[in-house]
Amino acid sequence: MSVEPLLKVNGLTKMYGARIGCADVSFDLWPGEVLAIVGESGSGKTTLLSCLSTRLEATSGSVEYHMRDGAYRELSRLTEAERRFLMRTDWGFVHQNPADGLRMTVSAGANVGERLMAIGHRRYGEIREAASDWLSRVEISPTRIDDQPRAFSGGMRQRLQIARNLITGPRLVFMDEPTGGLDVSVQARLLDLVRGLVHDLGLSAIVVTHDLAVARLLSHRMMVMKDGHVIEQGLTDRVLDDPREPYTQLLVSSILQV
Amino acid sequence: MSGLATYNFAYLDEQTKRMIRRAILKAIAIPGYQVPFASREMPMPYGWGTGGVQVTAAILGPSDVLKVIDQGADDTTNAVSIRAFFQKVANVEVTTRTKEATIIQTRHRIPEEKLTEGQVLVYQVPIPEPLRFLEPRETETRKMHALSEYGLMHVKLYEDIARNGHIATTYAYPVKVEGRYVMDPSPTPKFDNPKMHMSEALQLFGAGREKRIYALPPFTDVVSLDFDDHPFTVQSFEKPCALCGAEGVYLDEVVLDDRGGRMFVCSDTDYCEDRRAQGFLGDQGVPLKEAAE
Ligand SMILES: Nc1ncnc2c1ncn2[C@@H]1O[C@H](COP(=O)(O)OP(=O)(O)O)[C@@H](O)[C@H]1O
Ligand SMILES: [Mg+2]
Repeated sequence: MSVEPLLKVNGLTKMYGARIGCADVSFDLWPGEVLAIVGESGSGKTTLLSCLSTRLEATSGSVEYHMRDGAYRELSRLTEAERRFLMRTDWGFVHQNPADGLRMTVSAGANVGERLMAIGHRRYGEIREAASDWLSRVEISPTRIDDQPRAFSGGMRQRLQIARNLITGPRLVFMDEPTGGLDVSVQARLLDLVRGLVHDLGLSAIVVTHDLAVARLLSHRMMVMKDGHVIEQGLTDRVLDDPREPYTQLLVSSILQV
Repeated sequence: MSGLATYNFAYLDEQTKRMIRRAILKAIAIPGYQVPFASREMPMPYGWGTGGVQVTAAILGPSDVLKVIDQGADDTTNAVSIRAFFQKVANVEVTTRTKEATIIQTRHRIPEEKLTEGQVLVYQVPIPEPLRFLEPRETETRKMHALSEYGLMHVKLYEDIARNGHIATTYAYPVKVEGRYVMDPSPTPKFDNPKMHMSEALQLFGAGREKRIYALPPFTDVVSLDFDDHPFTVQSFEKPCALCGAEGVYLDEVVLDDRGGRMFVCSDTDYCEDRRAQGFLGDQGVPLKEAAE
């Protein structure tokens, strides 16, 4: 068993000119751990997630990733080719808006199979079988394999996006408000599914949400952000049941009913 | 000549030709890579082969013999007008015979007769980017080429099989060049893809509207993309050419009358005539001498 962190984040800062995106964020993420980043709109959650996932270049600070070969690599020093390979094999990224993470004009099967094709799988029958299997795992009937996501409901699209990300067996998944655009009943089902998959696959995940109920259901640990700074972090139950910072207390008392 | 302004040889000015030749040389040095070039306005509309015409103009010399085909035929409007253009602006010898030509400009076909060392085939290309179908962003497609990220091409073939049970793409069928760049062979039928592989002739591709030139130097490895369990195959035709009896060539359907009569004949008209001149005859063919009488 590996007892080394998957991700080591140190002093991560992103400035938009003079405006703070996120400032001086440090934490370790452990294998199998789900970390929630919560805070109100504009607090820097998306900025932080983008810097962590190399979609945005940080102004200063470092993010080290524990590669499959056991070495730690500073992510900003990866070559473009290495970075993109990592993103489509060892990582997943689930967007709030499924249209940003799916190819809306190709079939569900091709959406799910794309990563396999990208890493060199060349047997159509096997790719289709794997896609079909993953559709079932995210509770989409394999009979829909040739339908385009345009014909899917919001919840199905989101599950399709998850299948598309997980087919290569990533170790780390980033999610930005994964239930953001969904109806409450649909949200609950998606959260159950994500929780089950994360547990079964032993995934590590970093989930951005403004919804403390989502953090409660999914995460082991959480960080509370305000004005770009992490003002409180700890085990999810501890933070939600016994918030220490006045701001967190306000956040919890005003919103939380789980 | 009169004192009036005249065309420079082959229409383009020498500066422009040098610019295009530099792009061609770079394209030859990096087989399958799309080289941007400063495409000029030509006295014909886009879609009429302005890219091919500029490439031809840049490589044409006074001793060249030019052939121009469109869909395999020398006598269609597009081919006739491009041929006439170069006769006028370069006064070069023209031909319809594949083996006599030193430069062949083409739209949609590669001649049936095997091209040989010293010949140049110039393709007119409407859309040079094979990834465009699934990735509209140019910044992204360039990155994909640079990093050799070609998974999307198989997504396209996957869709084809999922929808049709087999790879239904029959023209502009993507190829991988020297194991590196994925290239669109222009709207030629996939039937012609194998002819690109290890060709003795130099193959140049010009896209006027999209301002790109790419190339296959002689003896370049060209592989059509496919799946292991759905391998690339070329079209096959049930019957030989109705006029010359040729087999293993690309045939066009010709409607004979308004009662549904039709026949399949060589799309390469020069090849067909040549065979008939040699005495080969299909089941609807008429010997050439009789036809002339
Ligand atoms: N591209 C940008 N340019 C300038 N400022 C930005 C940009 N993106 C975000 N910001 C600012 O950075 C801060 C954090 O934004 P963001 O990370 O989107 O927060 P959240 O996801 O928590 O709503 C906000 O003040 C926001 O206005
Ligand atoms: Mg946000």
